[in-house]
Amino acid sequence: MEIYLYLALFSPLAGSLFAALFGASPRTKIAGIVPSFLLFVSFVSSTVLLTHILSGGDIVQVEMMTWMATGDLYIPFGFVVDQVSVTMMMVVTVVSTVVHIYSIGYMDHDKGFNRFFSYLSAFVFSMMVLVMSDNFAGLFIGWEGVGLCSWLLIGFWYHKESATWAANEAFIMNRIADLGMLIGIFLVYWNTGTLQYAEAFAAMGDLDTEILTWMGIFLFIGAMGKSAQFPLHTWLADAMEGPTPVSALIHAATMVTAGVYLVVRANPLYDLIPHVGLFIASLGAFVALFAASMALVNRDMKRIIAYSTLSQLGYMFVAAGLGAYWVALFHLMAHAFFKALLFLGAGNVMHAMHDELDPFKMGGLKKAMKWTFIMMTLASVALAGIYPFAGFFSKDLILEVAMIEHHYIIYSVLLFTAGLTAFYSFRLVALIFHGEERYKLFGVHPHEAYKFMLIAMSPLLILAIIAGSFKMTYFEMVTAVLPATEYHVHSAVTYWIMTIGTQVFVILAIAFAYKKYANSSVQVPDGTSVMENRFCYKVLSNQYYIPYFFEEYLVKPYRELSTVFWKQVDLKVVDATVDGIAKAIYGTGEKTRGMQSGNLSTMLKWMVAGTVALLSLAVVFGLAVRYSGEIKTILSGLGVQ
Amino acid sequence: MFEAIAFYLFAFLTISMFYITVTTSQALYALTALAAGMIFISAFFFILGADFLGAIQIVVYSGAVMALYAFGMMFFDTTRDVKEKSGNKYIVSGLSILAAILVVVIFAAPMVSTNITANYPIVEGIGNTQEVGMVLFTKYLIPFEVAAVMLLVAMIAGIVLAGKKMDLSLTLMSGEEIQHAMEEQNKKVLV
Amino acid sequence: MEIGLNHYLVLSTILFAIGLVGVMRRKNLLLLFFATEILLNSVNIAFAAISHYYGDLTGQMFAFFVIAIAASEVAVGLGLLIVWHKRHGKIDLDQMSTMKG
Repeated sequence: MEIYLYLALFSPLAGSLFAALFGASPRTKIAGIVPSFLLFVSFVSSTVLLTHILSGGDIVQVEMMTWMATGDLYIPFGFVVDQVSVTMMMVVTVVSTVVHIYSIGYMDHDKGFNRFFSYLSAFVFSMMVLVMSDNFAGLFIGWEGVGLCSWLLIGFWYHKESATWAANEAFIMNRIADLGMLIGIFLVYWNTGTLQYAEAFAAMGDLDTEILTWMGIFLFIGAMGKSAQFPLHTWLADAMEGPTPVSALIHAATMVTAGVYLVVRANPLYDLIPHVGLFIASLGAFVALFAASMALVNRDMKRIIAYSTLSQLGYMFVAAGLGAYWVALFHLMAHAFFKALLFLGAGNVMHAMHDELDPFKMGGLKKAMKWTFIMMTLASVALAGIYPFAGFFSKDLILEVAMIEHHYIIYSVLLFTAGLTAFYSFRLVALIFHGEERYKLFGVHPHEAYKFMLIAMSPLLILAIIAGSFKMTYFEMVTAVLPATEYHVHSAVTYWIMTIGTQVFVILAIAFAYKKYANSSVQVPDGTSVMENRFCYKVLSNQYYIPYFFEEYLVKPYRELSTVFWKQVDLKVVDATVDGIAKAIYGTGEKTRGMQSGNLSTMLKWMVAGTVALLSLAVVFGLAVRYSGEIKTILSGLGVQ
Repeated sequence: MFEAIAFYLFAFLTISMFYITVTTSQALYALTALAAGMIFISAFFFILGADFLGAIQIVVYSGAVMALYAFGMMFFDTTRDVKEKSGNKYIVSGLSILAAILVVVIFAAPMVSTNITANYPIVEGIGNTQEVGMVLFTKYLIPFEVAAVMLLVAMIAGIVLAGKKMDLSLTLMSGEEIQHAMEEQNKKVLV
Repeated sequence: MEIGLNHYLVLSTILFAIGLVGVMRRKNLLLLFFATEILLNSVNIAFAAISHYYGDLTGQMFAFFVIAIAASEVAVGLGLLIVWHKRHGKIDLDQMSTMKG
């Protein structure tokens, strides 16, 4: 089995290096095909591992080599394939294979085609390291690796200033969070003496709750950055500057869920500190509502989906925080499929509309793009959580968890958010595919994407529809390592009321969205309508003024502080010191230049002066040696050691 | 007692001779004073029992070196005064006195180690010359030979430098000048 | 009154200082050579004295080599001096400034 582990792990790296060979050469199809094939290899290997685990096989654990061994510190490059990581591996390899193949078509006309595949495969490799590592250090390597690749890919069109800005924003915000993560890892090592998951978690039972709380908080800060939880969420929406396949793979399906994965992986820790778990759940519920509300009014197709991702990440954290780790992981998996599908569909639309992102300027695209329309609608249905699509099983489960755990506020927030989710999803679908063909005003001639791109997307479509049916198999598998709490509402009546009530609520929200946005009276907003001038609309469309707040109260004071430091400290102290040294040396040279008059007599005088200086030194040292005892006595009398 | 009288006498004489050497404006006086000083120094060597060294001192310095200087002076117009505008006299004397005091301090310091043992002890009873010969031709044979080679080289160098054509410097001359000099030489050869 | 090693060393130092004065204040190149001879001789006295008072011949050996070096120096130095004089007609130190930096 180990060979499959290595294949799954290193195929993406091989693909990345292969594509990197063509980094500087013009666009070649092979640079896209080979990495895609290698990813397929990785996918097949993961599948083999999955069947091995499903058929009750042992956990595959390898120690590839020693990484660090100093004193008590021993960190190997160890990898583990257990029930949790194999789930993640499947998600990562399926989505990334699809996205790779899709990208061959999507990036067809881009100059950086080869570079793109190199980065994308490198990302998949980092993600595989992240999920497969059997210790915190390896996890951190993968964690930083995905951060780096995310930076490279968000800023892929580096000639656009907004893209580089967004890339830097994402990177810096993640660094802030990674500091927390690192402190958390240090705390784990400090208190347990090991970074191996199994040993560290085993040792945690004996520790103080206070220490465990700090560990949990700091590790969660890391998760907050990577999963873009409030208040570090702003980077995710801006990250949409990257190419759409990147948004699908990194900023919807895989990387942003790494935070959830971390919490799930550290479940023995979070089980010991339920109060931190409750905080995580509350924050998750808040973010779910917060992000969904911003998605309501946004006029950027990709940002809407990004906020939706944020909202769904909130759901996952609710589940993870309440101890329903398998539910969180299940929603993570289902969400990866339909959200990636949604993004790829949005990519098709963008292609067709020549990179237009405002759905108000589209409308009626269902004729021109039939298959994309079907896929995006089904993905939205899955996202909204309509039976029998994937979202129904995973998202409603989270609602049930909140109910059963008696957190009624969280439950009602999530329920309300579910309605908002349905509304904004179908607002988007209605604006893009229904109603008047407003795009004609802008002289665009939309066309359907390449066939093979659509075919590549189809596995995601199928998974988005049927993923829910894996629920029991999945449950039996992951509960081997995760707490096997089954969430059943005690009375059947309550269950049916809840389920049907949710469904009806969601369907009403969808109907409302269609009614409002699918008719022919929708116009391109010009900032004059009554709604746009309402206070709440402005708050929402400005993202609660949080970017403004960051800019105004964090970035600007920091910049001013930096300016002060630059002018006062750097120029007047640091530079002045350096310049002063240079000037002193230069001045000395200038002054002593007279010595080199070429006059032998003068030089001889200097020579004698030098001799005298050396002789004086000899005398001083001789005296110092002769009277060293006395000098020591005097110095010790003065208190100098 | 005799030794002390001799030491102070010769010390006074040597110092005065050398003082004249460095202060007089007449090159001839300086030369004469120097030669006298050299001979007086050999007196110290005799006092110290280094007879052979004293003899060498007289032969080499007063004989060879002084003769060389005397011949050298014939080349120059030594009667013509070289203007000795010796800048700041205080610096010169100050530095020298300071150096002297420092050296004296170093010598006078009780650092002259007590555990110095003689590598080549002076054997009583046989003459100094014999002893010197024994050591010079055993332990110091190679330095001696090297010194001999050095003297030979110096001799050849002296002959070459003082010889003809050394007033031309090929490195400092331009190409045309070298050409011209070469032609002159050829003419002479042909004549 | 016993004459000790220190007497000789002090004498040697005084002669050395006189030599230094000569080195520094002489502008005539020939007289500069004289001053160097004084320096070398003052050192020879010290060598001979140390040799005597420690009963070791090494000092005298060094004095021999110093004399040898002094002789070679005079030979080569005078040769150079003559070349210089031939070319420039004077041996004034102040006029030698080709090494001006």
